[in-house]
Amino acid sequence: MTVQQPAPTFLASGAGQPPRGVKLDLVDLSPRAGQTLARSRFSTSARFASRALVPAVLLAVWQASSNFGLVAPEVLPSPAEIIAAYAELIRTGELQAAIPASLARALTGLALGASVGLVLGLFAGLWRVGEELFDAPLQMLRTIPFIAMIPLFIIWFGIGEQAKIALIFGATIFPVYLNTYSGVRGVDQKLIEAARVFGLSHGRIATRVIIPTALPSILVGLRFAAGVSLLALVAAEQINARSGIGFILINANQNQRTDIIIAGIIVYALLGIAIDLVMRVVERLALPWRPSLVLA
Amino acid sequence: MSLHSSSPTEAVALAGLDLAAPKTLAQPVAVRLEGVRRVFGSRAVLDGIDLEVRRGEFVSLLGPSGTGKTTLLRILAGLDRADGGRVEVASARSVVFQEPRLVPAKRVWQNVVLGHVQNRVTRRLAAAALEEVGLGRHVDVWPKTLSGGEAQRVALARALAGEPNLLLLDEPFAALDALTRIRMHDLVAQLWRRHLPAVVLVTHDVDEAILMSDRVIVLSGGGIRFDARVPLERPRKRGDAGFTALRARLLAQLGVASPEAGGHA
Repeated sequence: MTVQQPAPTFLASGAGQPPRGVKLDLVDLSPRAGQTLARSRFSTSARFASRALVPAVLLAVWQASSNFGLVAPEVLPSPAEIIAAYAELIRTGELQAAIPASLARALTGLALGASVGLVLGLFAGLWRVGEELFDAPLQMLRTIPFIAMIPLFIIWFGIGEQAKIALIFGATIFPVYLNTYSGVRGVDQKLIEAARVFGLSHGRIATRVIIPTALPSILVGLRFAAGVSLLALVAAEQINARSGIGFILINANQNQRTDIIIAGIIVYALLGIAIDLVMRVVERLALPWRPSLVLA
Repeated sequence: MSLHSSSPTEAVALAGLDLAAPKTLAQPVAVRLEGVRRVFGSRAVLDGIDLEVRRGEFVSLLGPSGTGKTTLLRILAGLDRADGGRVEVASARSVVFQEPRLVPAKRVWQNVVLGHVQNRVTRRLAAAALEEVGLGRHVDVWPKTLSGGEAQRVALARALAGEPNLLLLDEPFAALDALTRIRMHDLVAQLWRRHLPAVVLVTHDVDEAILMSDRVIVLSGGGIRFDARVPLERPRKRGDAGFTALRARLLAQLGVASPEAGGHA
């Protein structure tokens, strides 16, 4: 294609055409040799290395500063000492006992909170009566930070398991409620109209059209709630824990064992990652129809 | 997939391509409107509509935007209520909308039999309906993997799976590309001849109305401004003398001046 020779035009007059002989400013976008090759080579091996680089450097600096005595071990023990702390916790059997105890608390609270949130969300989303009854009170309660409730929960439920599970329960209702409600309300009205034309009863519109279509949003709420359940677990286990990771942390605190405290904190983080991974798998299995997941 | 045997009149109609007035007169009434009114605010969008459509008859509703074509169709579908007058429609009726309106979380066959119990029997019914619209291989896929034209064919299969006596089409071809639209015209015509429901098609496209229907109605000012049979043999061709003449008349009714401009193709 040359610029100097304009194609024949349908316009009778040549008005609006650029004057002949004037060169336009062209940009060269043709492929260059080696360009794509270099990009793909970077993406395979160097990507992993570049992601691991910063954490590796930080760990090395941490270990070195401990080795050279720059940081006191009771303030920040070295990575090697923390690994030794894990070895100790495993040898005494504390870690093996703590993780199931903490997970059971988190999952019990999550199961209760998510169920109530789901039922209330569906009720408020599907029925106007439900919205009138529950939405405003729940929106008000939602603004209370759950950690602020701890003193009250201790008065109500004592310092045993009940208070801990109640706290996780209270914290996990809202993410599920809000996402279920907005997911149900967000279903395209045109789909519901089409379902009405094809003679679906109200019950079938709910089970065949609304709930399946709102499921991605409901699962997002559940994933949020899973994260929140762990947060609430950490707070709840500060209340006189007699088992679980919180128990390890309280003991370590009393014995000035910074290495075990850090080890415990890392266990909380790993639990968070594990729960998130599980929720992603659940989403993938429950939503086979979403194109992004079909391609993945 | 037919749930009831075809009557002798249908057999006659199936044999010939032309379905002129006398044959449809023997058919039962699928739509009967008397003095239908629909008011939005202070404006009567529909003001005294009288209309009768029989089974096997293909009627197109034309009219500029805002003249109540879609409102009328929604009243026929039962999605909107008239403010006055009598509305009687066949109980077995279905709609194809401008958008496919498929449930994304349900497989294609489940969408086709959305209103039915979903088991092995209805799956076969759905597969047969999909076969009819040329999507026999897409029974188990998810709607999001379909192209626009394919999704609209699924919507058509869903509308026909219930063996409707009245098929309502609300600009079902408007969002399709030109080539897909031509194929859909042929498909709808073919399915209509096979099942012979009463069809009410809302469209903006004068050519489409002339190509497909037995009868063209122009709505304007809340009433029926023009109602005439299409006196042309099927299959019809754009550019035939009769076609061009009818087109000019309809365009004049719609307030478009020069029919020979040829811009609307």
